[in-house]
Amino acid sequence: MPVHEVTFPITDEAEILKLRAGDEVIVQGHIIGIRDRTQIRIFDQGVEPPMDLRGAFLLHTAPGVRKLDDGRYEKVCIGTTTSARMVRFTEPLGERYGVRAICGKGGFPDEAIEPMQRHGMVYFAIVGGAAALETTQIEEIEEVAWEELMPECLWKFRVKDFGPLTVGIDAHGNSLYHDVQAAAQKRLEEIFARL
Amino acid sequence: MSALRAPVTRIQHAVEDAAAHLYVWALKDIPQDLRDALADAAGKETSVPGQRVLQTILRNIEVADDEQNLVCQDTGIAVYTCTVGEHFPLHPARIYEALRDGTARATLEHPLRSNAVHTITRENTGPNVGHRLPIVHWEFVPDWDGLDVKCVPKGSGSENMSFLKMCVPADGVKGIKQFVLESIVGAGGKPCPPGIVGVGIGGSADYAMYLAKEAIARPVGTRNPDPEVAKLEQGLFELLNETGIGPMGLGGDVTVLQCHIEHADTHMTLNPVAVNYQCWAARRATAHVDAAGNVEFDREA
Repeated sequence: MPVHEVTFPITDEAEILKLRAGDEVIVQGHIIGIRDRTQIRIFDQGVEPPMDLRGAFLLHTAPGVRKLDDGRYEKVCIGTTTSARMVRFTEPLGERYGVRAICGKGGFPDEAIEPMQRHGMVYFAIVGGAAALETTQIEEIEEVAWEELMPECLWKFRVKDFGPLTVGIDAHGNSLYHDVQAAAQKRLEEIFARL
Repeated sequence: MSALRAPVTRIQHAVEDAAAHLYVWALKDIPQDLRDALADAAGKETSVPGQRVLQTILRNIEVADDEQNLVCQDTGIAVYTCTVGEHFPLHPARIYEALRDGTARATLEHPLRSNAVHTITRENTGPNVGHRLPIVHWEFVPDWDGLDVKCVPKGSGSENMSFLKMCVPADGVKGIKQFVLESIVGAGGKPCPPGIVGVGIGGSADYAMYLAKEAIARPVGTRNPDPEVAKLEQGLFELLNETGIGPMGLGGDVTVLQCHIEHADTHMTLNPVAVNYQCWAARRATAHVDAAGNVEFDREA
């Protein structure tokens, strides 16, 4: 399986179309941290995000940080949360804001496949729990918005060699999660028949 | 009221210090049995994404050691299991205070991410403490004057993958197996597999889930002393790894590191089954406290 190195933000859809479910990806550039309450504020409460999300790579995170005297934030431990809770925001993130990638752990259910294909988006699987490593790949916390939602603010991180990530859902309608679940359901039937 | 309150004793301080140390230690330095189980898993896994996940996990554990950082950012809810000797000189009411104060202190001093919120307003309630937080499981032992405290920080990704079914007696052991298998397949990659599947059987609905939590806190691969239950643990462990869910749900040979079961006798018409998942970062750390307040830390218990 190929290994891709990509730099975000990405506006050119062709870059996203190169990625196929199962491929390994290493990410450079800037990524944006987002979580449940951040997206509830944007979409359910209708508050415009004070950061440009066009072409963005969104990370499902609520980082552990330390506030410095000058108001900036220093990383303590930054990891990734379960994505499935936030699947309903996929369509508007692509449609209204032009987001290109969503990264989290545990995958998205099948309802994400179609909007990701339509808007040229991918889902990246990170290794959940591997936060010590992830923290070393985040070079700096460059911006924080909506601090009152701490730790579920809107975060801008500069990253270096972020990964390895696995393309879980690609922009061609393929989902590893769908395939693994379908195969597992079949195996369950076989197992149940011998119990 | 306050006039009747005994001064906070040295032993209460010792338990508080132990709790503060255990919480941070558990988050940073995962036990050897778990490290071995993860290395074994990497030796067995044949899928490419599965192997990528396991290698990343092993690298992450090394980075946590080198950087003295947390293995996982989710500091969880602090769960303690306490075994209290009949003659231990600190009353459980004070042991609870000490555990709560130790949890809060560790959270503020490190600092650790504070996850505790009011369950309706969702507002933060304090440094990983709040109404009925931390959670403590109690066991009392006659003819002993010691205290064992185990801290099990429980992440939400895996706790959200908890399941209860009130099977009927006619469902038998087959019903138990089917429910556990369906639960773990349904959970997919969400609870950060490969982890420890804790199963509680028998008792009542609430007690089955309590037992499932006890099961995930055991060292990896220990077997229930009841041979019937141990047989079910081994059988389910093998079946769960036939499902193909794999590391982080990306497909593969290793779906779980172990299956642990705790049981209680039950009513003749009940057959409860509870599943509580523990992620691969199955953090736990133990302290033994003697009657004089001396503390000995134990990585393997």
